[in-house]
Amino acid sequence: MAANIKPRVKVPGTAKAGEAITIKTLISHPMESGQRKDRKTGELIPRKIINKFVATFNGELAFSADLLPAVAANPYIEFVVAVPESGIMRFEWTDDDGSVYDIEKKITVA
Amino acid sequence: MKLSRRDLFALAAGLGAAGLIKLPAYASDDAVEAAIKKFAGGMPKTGGVDISAPEIAENGNTVPIEVSAAGATSIMLLAAGNPNPGVGTFHFTKMNPESRASTRIRLAKTQDVVAVAKMADGSTAMARREIKVTIGGCGG
Repeated sequence: MAANIKPRVKVPGTAKAGEAITIKTLISHPMESGQRKDRKTGELIPRKIINKFVATFNGELAFSADLLPAVAANPYIEFVVAVPESGIMRFEWTDDDGSVYDIEKKITVA
Repeated sequence: MKLSRRDLFALAAGLGAAGLIKLPAYASDDAVEAAIKKFAGGMPKTGGVDISAPEIAENGNTVPIEVSAAGATSIMLLAAGNPNPGVGTFHFTKMNPESRASTRIRLAKTQDVVAVAKMADGSTAMARREIKVTIGGCGG
C-alpha cells in the first residue's frame, strides 16, 4: 500500500520577496476512515489516514494542519505563504502508521 | 443543551415518522458544541470567518471547501452531520499573509459545516454553513 503513496506539490519556482504565493499540495492516500466495513467479512477496516501535514521554509514552520478521517481521500491542501528570501520549502505528511512522506521545492526570490 | 425525557420521546417519534428505524451513528449537536468549546474555550461569536464551499455537493466523498479568517492563528473545521464531527485544523504562522486554506472533505449527508477561528489576540469567531449533499460520503 505504502508504495503508491505519492506526494505532489505545486509551488511557484520564483517569487518576489514578501509576495503572497499560493501553494497547492496533494498526496495520494486512501485516508481509510475506520468507519467502513469490509464487504466480504463485515469487519471494520482499521483507520489509516494522514493525520498531520507540515510545511517548513528553510527549517522554519510555515503552515501545518491536523487532519481527521473526514478529510477526503488523496488529501488536498492549499494555503498561502510569503517568503522573504530564496530557500527550500519542505512538506511532510505523517501517516497513522508512523511513516512520513516528504517532498522539497526550491523557491527563488528574485 | 440537556435532553429531557419529553424531548427524547418527541425526538423518537420524529425519527419514527421520518422512517428512520435504524438509528444512524451521526454526531449529536452536543458533540459539535463540545468540540467547539474545547477548541475555543467557550462559544465564539458568529462572524469574522468565511466558509467557501458549493451549496450543493454532488459527491459527499470529496467536497471542496475553503476557510479564511483575517488574523486567525488557527481554524478548526467541523462537519456537524458526520459520524464524528471533527474534520481538521489549520495552523497559520507569520509566513502566511492570509489565514486562508482549502481542502476537500467527506460529508455523510446534507449538513452544516462549522469553522471556528482562534485569533492572534486570543479572541475567537465562528461561522456555519449548510452544504447539501446528493450522494453521502461515508458509506462502505
